[in-house]
This record gives sequence, C-alpha cells and structure tokens, in this order.
Amino acid sequence: MVGFDTSDDACVYRISGDLAMIQTVDFFPPMVDDPYLFGQIAACNALSDVYAMGGEPKLALNLLCVTSCLGKEVVGEILRGGADKALEAGCTISGGHTIEDPVPKYGLSVTGFAHPSEILRNTGARQGDVVVLTKPLGTGILLTALKADFIEMEQCREMFALMATLNAAAAQAARGLAVHACTDITGFGLLGHLYEMASGGDVTIRIQAGRLPLLPHAQEMAAMGMVPGGAYRNLEYVKPYLAVSPQVSRELLDIAGDPQTSGGLCFALPEEDARRLVQRLARRNIPAWVVGDVTAASSSVLELMT
Amino acid sequence: MKEIDARGLSCPQPVILLKQALADQPQTCKIWVDHPTARENTLRFAAHAGYKADILEQGGDVCLTLSKK
Repeated sequence: MVGFDTSDDACVYRISGDLAMIQTVDFFPPMVDDPYLFGQIAACNALSDVYAMGGEPKLALNLLCVTSCLGKEVVGEILRGGADKALEAGCTISGGHTIEDPVPKYGLSVTGFAHPSEILRNTGARQGDVVVLTKPLGTGILLTALKADFIEMEQCREMFALMATLNAAAAQAARGLAVHACTDITGFGLLGHLYEMASGGDVTIRIQAGRLPLLPHAQEMAAMGMVPGGAYRNLEYVKPYLAVSPQVSRELLDIAGDPQTSGGLCFALPEEDARRLVQRLARRNIPAWVVGDVTAASSSVLELMT
Repeated sequence: MKEIDARGLSCPQPVILLKQALADQPQTCKIWVDHPTARENTLRFAAHAGYKADILEQGGDVCLTLSKK
C-alpha cells in the first residue's frame, strides 16, 4: 500500500481487506549520557513511525550495537529504557540482535497494524486544511549546544521529557477525524517533512513562524551558532521550493529546518477537525499548535511567513 | 591578531574554539574553517558576540576576519 516512492514514515502491506501491516526500523547513536533515557528516546523515535502511519505498534525487535568496553549494566539500562516504552505502547519486544561496533547504537524494528482505511500517509494535504504540530521544535540545536557545553543538562529537561514521550496519545486523538496527511517530524526538520506533505497535491503549505512552538533556549542557541549540519542541509534541500518573508528571523528559519529526534506528529486536516484534535489533546494534557494552513498552489510549495 | 585554525573540525568544535578566543574580547580575531556549517555557525556566534566579519574564500577554505563592532 505504501512503499519507497513517497518517502513515507514506514512501509505498509495489505494482508487482507481489513488488516494492513506497518513495518519500520530506526536506530541511532546516543545523544545523551544516561543509558536508560537513551533507550527510551530511541524506542519512542522508532515506535513513532507506526503512529505516523495511523497504526498501533504490536511487535518489535531490538537492534543493538555495543563496544566491548560498554559495561553490562549500561547495556541493560539501554534495553530497559526501550522495553519500558514498548510496554507503555502495548508493543511486545520479542527478540533482537546485537553486534560489536565502535560507536554504540540502539533502536527498534517495529511491526504495527491498522485497518487499511485508517492508514495515514505523509502526502495528500488539501486546500483548506490547517497544519497541527504536537511537540515543540529545536532538539537538534539543543543537542548541539549540549555537546558544546553552551547549555546545561538541567536547561534541557523539557526537551528530554518530550523526546521520551510516545506519540501514541496524539495519534489516538486523531482517530475518526478527517486527517488528510500525517507524518512525524524527525531528521528532515519541519520544513523537510512539510515539503513531502505538500508534494503530490496541487497545494502550498503556509507556516506562520511566530506560531511555531519552540523548546526553551532553542532561539538563543541558534543565534550562537549551535545549528547542526543537518539543519543547513535540510534548508538547502527545500530552498528551491520555499519562500521566506523578510521579517522572519534567521533563528526561526534555522529552527524550522532543524532535524528533530523523536519529534511530534504533524497533521493536515480541515479546520473544524483540527479544533477537535487540539481539544481532545488538551483534555489529555498534551499541547498541540496550529502552525499554518494549506492553500491553492502558489509560486512556492512552502511559505514561511510572520 | 589571534588566529584560529578550525579546518578539519566538525561542529560545534569551531564555535567552541571561537568562543574561547573571544572570551577576553580582543579587537580582532581570525578564524579559518573549511565547511559551510562551520562558516555559518562561526558567523552567527561572531555576530552574537558583537563582531563583524570580513570573509575571504580560498579554494575550499574560508577565512573570517572578525573585528569588534
């Protein structure tokens, strides 16, 4: 049902008329010293692709790369972090594979299921939709700042809590609403993922920079040159398709291109449905932000305006 | 003039070196970088710290001459 061609979050295979299987894999090196937290973040990030496709994760396998000098305890804590998030997601980790590697890495291969009619794609935003985002932006910038000691771990508490938060509740809240497109915001940054969302449809996505939810200190750290290479590459990639108002600050543009780790879900859906989505999420104490809208195609696929 | 050679270093290393070099607020400072991310990020840090930059490109290398605004 969904393959390589649209760079979607996962592949989808129709097993029968009422069952589709979603398959995805994601793993990466640690971005934080705490092994338990790293395990949680890696698992949330991997499980997120299933939620972004409209499914429920059911089975997962660990992928683990460790150096021989990494203690048993540390490895155990990484796996415990992953297992706890899988349990919270109602997903069974049924095995996995470990290899030796000079750079440790952890992640999951995840299998999820959905009714074929409930599959959400990353393309297909329609004119009249609004764009809703469920986590604030700036993880790439803050992680760079942490690496450079420009910021303290303590100042990034909110970011780590959000990175270790499943997108399950956000996905469940969207059930039954007229979602035309959905994706999770990860390595390509908000603009990279929105470019995919707009492509295929004859539409332009307009983002209001002033409405973007930002992690604390992200703007300040961007201004200090803590912008990861991935953000520049993402901005370079979308440049031919992007119109930026001159009033939009350089820092907000950086943040709109910033690669996210375990980022939020991003939905394109009609305004009335978006209002209900935000209300449903508010009842679960999950913030969500309307950051833009979808219009008839103009000269640019994406617009970042004030 | 202080001179930093940050060529061959990946971010955020060049910005860390620049921050150290500008800590005692010299009137001028020169930094060499060799990739776009380092160039952009050192320019951002310099502007944030109150310096303006003259940019000289030499092959793949970039030399930023910073002076206090």
